[in-house]
Amino acid sequence: MIDPLFLAEAALNGLLLGGVLALLALGLNLIFGVIDIVWIAYVDLVMICMYAVYFIVQVYGWPIWVGGLASVALGAVLGLGVHLLIISPILTSAPVNQLLATGGLLFFLQSFATFLWTTDHRSVRLTLPRLELFDMPISVARLVAFTLSILVMLGLYLFLTRTYIGTAIRAVSQDREAMALMGANPQRVYLVTSAVGGAMAGVAAALLIIQYAVHPFFGAAFGPITFMICVLGGLGNMVGAFVASFIMSEVIAVSGVIWSTEMGYVIAFVVFIVMIFVRPGGILAKRG
Amino acid sequence: MTGTRALGLLVLAVLAVAPFIPMGVMREYTIHVLVQIFIWSFIGGAWSLMGRFGLTSLGHGAFLGLGAYTTTLLWNFFGLTPWLGAVVAVALTAVFAVIVAYPCSRFQVLGHYFALVTLAVGEVVRLLIIAERDWTGGSLGVTVKPAGGDSLLALQFADKRVFYYGALALWLVGLHVWWRVDRSMARSAMEAIGEDETAAASVGIHVTRFKVGITVLSAVLTAIGGVAYAQYISYVNPDTLAGIGVSLRIVFAVVLGGMYSMLGPSVGTALTIALSEYLRVLFGVKFIGMAETIYGLLLILFIIFLPAGIYGTVRQFLRRRRPAAVAA
Repeated sequence: MIDPLFLAEAALNGLLLGGVLALLALGLNLIFGVIDIVWIAYVDLVMICMYAVYFIVQVYGWPIWVGGLASVALGAVLGLGVHLLIISPILTSAPVNQLLATGGLLFFLQSFATFLWTTDHRSVRLTLPRLELFDMPISVARLVAFTLSILVMLGLYLFLTRTYIGTAIRAVSQDREAMALMGANPQRVYLVTSAVGGAMAGVAAALLIIQYAVHPFFGAAFGPITFMICVLGGLGNMVGAFVASFIMSEVIAVSGVIWSTEMGYVIAFVVFIVMIFVRPGGILAKRG
Repeated sequence: MTGTRALGLLVLAVLAVAPFIPMGVMREYTIHVLVQIFIWSFIGGAWSLMGRFGLTSLGHGAFLGLGAYTTTLLWNFFGLTPWLGAVVAVALTAVFAVIVAYPCSRFQVLGHYFALVTLAVGEVVRLLIIAERDWTGGSLGVTVKPAGGDSLLALQFADKRVFYYGALALWLVGLHVWWRVDRSMARSAMEAIGEDETAAASVGIHVTRFKVGITVLSAVLTAIGGVAYAQYISYVNPDTLAGIGVSLRIVFAVVLGGMYSMLGPSVGTALTIALSEYLRVLFGVKFIGMAETIYGLLLILFIIFLPAGIYGTVRQFLRRRRPAAVAA
């Protein structure tokens, strides 16, 4: 029998992990909702940004917040780059081609990272105070990451609901054709969305590097779970993705403690299949 | 049509005698590359059975890994001949494919959703293989236990030419299956489903039955391809036989070649394997990762500039040329 304290600790870790996963899922979902293309290589962009933070903080000795801001800026630039160089030429292509183009980017980023930085695991070491709650050690790094990701998501919510361009983004994701008929320029909305989505990847990178070591195959470790969360929450559905992140992170964290990390993902997948049975349109979809 | 047929027979004749053409030291290597092309073309063809109807699976690595690992583990631990092992693998894969395809079809998991769900499936099979490391050797993979010399029962041969003819036969069987599906009622039904599920259902097409059926066929053939590959290489590894990497490679090859024609997947596979072999030889052990980097970059460029695939583009070009020639 497993000590209930371990389970409680796992549940807490799951909750904290959920925040960062939600950030990833929201970034991907935002892009999908607006541009209708899934960036298979999204988490690999995160990986590139994580390397950037690593080099800025660990190699060049700048403070972590500089690394974080640089990561956000780099993410936005990468997002713009991906849209301009890869997505916009194939906006009207068959869906399989669109998936594959970003899949090619995944190959490219993974191998280029291997080429440049080898497969060594690299991590940013921060000296943070220790915290305990009911005899459970709490990772301050995770707590900070969780808090910041909630704040960023709140910021995204305000951006989407309170600004003009945010309203335009939501309008496009509701009806692409009607939006163009209203005289708005979808191209500009696409660009802003890609940049915001990329910046979210940058934020996630800065929050992940203080918890996990980065290596060229980091995207393969977090990518599938991000996709599962997006499907579970309903592709393009922001609130759904947010809720799904916490369900998935709890499943992974708790079953990871009971069995093993890999089994945690397998169980998460089983949950995922069962959920598709129960709620095919995503957990928050209205029953039709 | 007779011209095409004559050309086809000529190509077949060349392929049939290819292992005996004297090429000196290059012979072993050429045969090795050709065997890989045949096996992966077969797998690519199996993928395109689904892909051409809009069922974009990014998780065929799951079926591949299931096939390869089932026969390998049954042979290593219980000494069960791969012939029977393949039967077990096919049965398991079929069940697994139904488990994935049935809910997806029943609840209209389409397009991007389907791609992401299957992608997750492939990744989960990879993780499961890694997690069960006592049996599967984890991420280090596992070697097929040598039978000690040539053995038809163990499907192990020292001479690569045996595998060459086996793979050639497998490839031809794959083409035959593709042709049969292309000529069948199922094709019309699946095309209708691919266009509009509700409309297809309204004219009396049993949507779920056809979709699950084509998925099982595609998955089973992929598993057989996995068995063939594992027997040939006599080593299985979760990263080369399951997960995102290999799944995407299969799809790339097919889309590059063109998935709506019988030979498209084979052309694409031949090109991608030739390309990656060339890059591998070019860079060797220097610049680790460079070969894959260029591979990825070329794939993006191909997708952007040749959206119909190479074979498809060539055919479009020829078709455009032909009426002009008649007019002249």
